Amino acid sequence: MAETTVEKKEPLFAFGKKERKLLTDPLNDNNPITVQVLGICSALAVTTLLFPSIIMAIAVVFVCAFSNLFTSLLRKSIPKQVRMIVQLVIIATLVTVVELSLKALDYPTYKQLSVFIGLIITNCIVMGRLEAFAMANSPWKAFLDGVGNGFGYGVILIAVALVREVFGKGTFLAGTPIEWKIIGPSTEYAINTLADGSWFGWYQNNNLMVLPAAAMFIIAIMIWIHRSWNPKLVDIS
Amino acid sequence: MRSNTYVITFVMIMTVVVALVLSLMATGLKPTHDKNEAIFNKKAILAAIETELGDDVKADKLPENEVLAIFNDKIVQTVVDYNGNPVSAEEVEARGYKGGQAENVDMKKEKKKPAEERIFPVFTFDNNGKKVYIVSIRGNGLWDEIWGNIAIKDDFETVVGASFDHQGETPGLGAEIKDNPAFKKQFAGKSLYDESGNYTSVVVRKGGARNELYEVDGISGATVTADGVSDMLYAGIQYYQPFFKTQKKL
Repeated sequence: MAETTVEKKEPLFAFGKKERKLLTDPLNDNNPITVQVLGICSALAVTTLLFPSIIMAIAVVFVCAFSNLFTSLLRKSIPKQVRMIVQLVIIATLVTVVELSLKALDYPTYKQLSVFIGLIITNCIVMGRLEAFAMANSPWKAFLDGVGNGFGYGVILIAVALVREVFGKGTFLAGTPIEWKIIGPSTEYAINTLADGSWFGWYQNNNLMVLPAAAMFIIAIMIWIHRSWNPKLVDIS
Repeated sequence: MRSNTYVITFVMIMTVVVALVLSLMATGLKPTHDKNEAIFNKKAILAAIETELGDDVKADKLPENEVLAIFNDKIVQTVVDYNGNPVSAEEVEARGYKGGQAENVDMKKEKKKPAEERIFPVFTFDNNGKKVYIVSIRGNGLWDEIWGNIAIKDDFETVVGASFDHQGETPGLGAEIKDNPAFKKQFAGKSLYDESGNYTSVVVRKGGARNELYEVDGISGATVTADGVSDMLYAGIQYYQPFFKTQKKL
């Protein structure tokens, strides 16, 4: 009895149903923030304004995708005894690359994000994906998984920042050329709360929104909405 | 399990590759980083004299070439010591500040030294003969250091403007010293002396300014940061008094 093992050769850059799932799963069923509750620290800290949050999201997508890619490329040669250290070095290198580039491209935003770019190194999402996925999958799949998880994190970050900036500061995309001042107590704003006969004289920016605690409430509410909308996530135990 | 030799070789190769990539990148981008930082600091200094630069000028929105032009044409940089005597560029450089200009002086390092050994940067802005002196001050907020630039008229009594920055004050509370333009605006026109001529500096008063001459409104919820600003202003501007006296005699 001759046994032949048929090895199914997968194309290098396939993009089928499985691959698409790698991208969309972290956005919904397996969202790093609302389902796995990872990466909360930076989500609380950087989300006071929309623009820095977008930069932060891009940085995490980049780090997540490429650390997954490199780890997966090296997965067969990484010695098991030191794999965590190797993963950490890969992450730290990419984060430093991001930090140096941001410092050269947009210095004020670099100043504003300060330590939080560096702290991507300790973001559990990145390390978690390397251990759970990249060490066991092909580079292309790992790359897609990294992009998906980065976006899953970024989407929540941007949503939280949007709520916090609009209700906390009354602005939209402050600090960028297309800044839009929505509501506030001066003529610079689209809705001037101090104008005579204004309907919004009672309105005040919510100072709580600027504090990290607000991000926690918003994320909690998002988790709540997410779970009631997606019944798959509800624990019945 | 891999052999120890393999593990050590792997780690060593990885370290060398990573170190090479990062050091190449850091060296390659160094000039850009330095330039960005210099522009950032210059803008912070100009933020104190926004009103002098024209109506509706926002220092942080000024294009780079304009910032450099103002610094080249209208600002004279001097460094003074504790007794108000000028310090030469060579001496500033000898203290470890490359460039030897006032803008190169790192107030953070200076603050750690005893007051008598410190040097202080002064930026003299010459607006068609009307001189404004911008001085740098540094102090402590609630969580970490705060610093600022104060512009003072050539009578050495009246404040023209101020700008502040901080390391880690709470957003929405202490961080308002930087983020809220209304807080900075209050400083324009304040006097450093009270009615009887005693040095008071500008005082940030909790619950609202009582003496309009030299007090400004505090920020609700940020009493410690506001007190830090008051202390910083009092001590910081006092260090420049010897220099002001020498200038008055001229």
